[in-house]
Amino acid sequence: MLATLIIVFREVLEAALIVGIVLAASRGVPRRHLWIAGGIASGVLGAVLVAGFAGEIAAAVEGIGQELFNASILFAAVCMLGWHNIWMSRHGRELAANAMRVGREVLAGARPLYALALVAGIAVLREGSEVVLFLYSVAAAGGSSALGMVAGGALGLAAGVGAGAGIYLGLLAIPMRHLFSVTGWLILFIAAGMASQGAAFLLQADILPALGNNIWDTSSLLSERSLPGQLLHVLLGYTAQPAGIQLVFYLATLIVIFSLMRLLGHAPPARRGQDRAARYGTS
Amino acid sequence: MNHLTVGAALMAILGAMPALADDAQVIIAIKDHHFVPETVEIPAGTKVKLIVRNQDRTTSEFESVDFHREKVVQPGGEITVFVGPLAPGSYEFFDDFHPGTRGHLVVK
Repeated sequence: MLATLIIVFREVLEAALIVGIVLAASRGVPRRHLWIAGGIASGVLGAVLVAGFAGEIAAAVEGIGQELFNASILFAAVCMLGWHNIWMSRHGRELAANAMRVGREVLAGARPLYALALVAGIAVLREGSEVVLFLYSVAAAGGSSALGMVAGGALGLAAGVGAGAGIYLGLLAIPMRHLFSVTGWLILFIAAGMASQGAAFLLQADILPALGNNIWDTSSLLSERSLPGQLLHVLLGYTAQPAGIQLVFYLATLIVIFSLMRLLGHAPPARRGQDRAARYGTS
Repeated sequence: MNHLTVGAALMAILGAMPALADDAQVIIAIKDHHFVPETVEIPAGTKVKLIVRNQDRTTSEFESVDFHREKVVQPGGEITVFVGPLAPGSYEFFDDFHPGTRGHLVVK
């Protein structure tokens, strides 16, 4: 039962942390719970489907289907996180500064919630499919008692969700005017970490060159399998023994998203003025 | 004439390819929740193709933090992962779904 608990907890933790952050990042947006819940529900459904077709996925594309699938959904999540951050850097300040409640709500409603919902769904899909495969495998083997498995699975799930709730509540304690810059930075690093993981899958499939294996080795200092190591892995993309190509993807993602946030970040005041003039002119 | 030279160059490259692509290949089985063999020796500085065959009735996840690989292996199925080139040393791998199942890749 303990083994089941630990394995399920480890898988759930990553998804739960991301969902917690996504929820905090969408604070104050109407109907956000519906969006995120929809994302999680689709993630669970997808996880069952992916687990059910695991054999087919693995055998696809000459045996590298699993890697291609994982890399694709990771890169999709990276794009969604990046898009969310770029949108927020363009409108976040207006959002916070807009004195008129109605205006703020209209703007908040326009936030790309689908991006965050998709990220939550992908996180659940990725980790959930492994939980399903694992539990199914334990059940099929019939070794441990069914009760022990169910109890271990449920406790592992609860502990993982608890950790997600913990990070969510922790983030909510941050004053609203700082919250979005904190979640923005978190999301930026999560995106970079996911890109690095995606690159690792393409490296495993022999599609990308390694550009050096194990550029550094900090596994004796902080193992990725330890709880703090895993937390840092999710939040910052910490890798104890990264390949060169992972560093390239990590840095490139940081730089690209950050530059786009800066470049597209602030709507030029002149144009805004013209817009207003135009609007007044036509009305 | 130019086409011929390009063609000849291509042929030369293609001819050289098999030597490059002919990665060393190692087969590891998972049987009764043990890796067989539990210690695998590979040469340093070479890319190696690892084939993992799951002979158990349960799903496994072949994983290594040390050389950064993770891949689900279906019951009765097999997977391929490319590893290296690695520096000499001992690298652990395990079955993420069965914590006791461990093995080592010894790079010499």
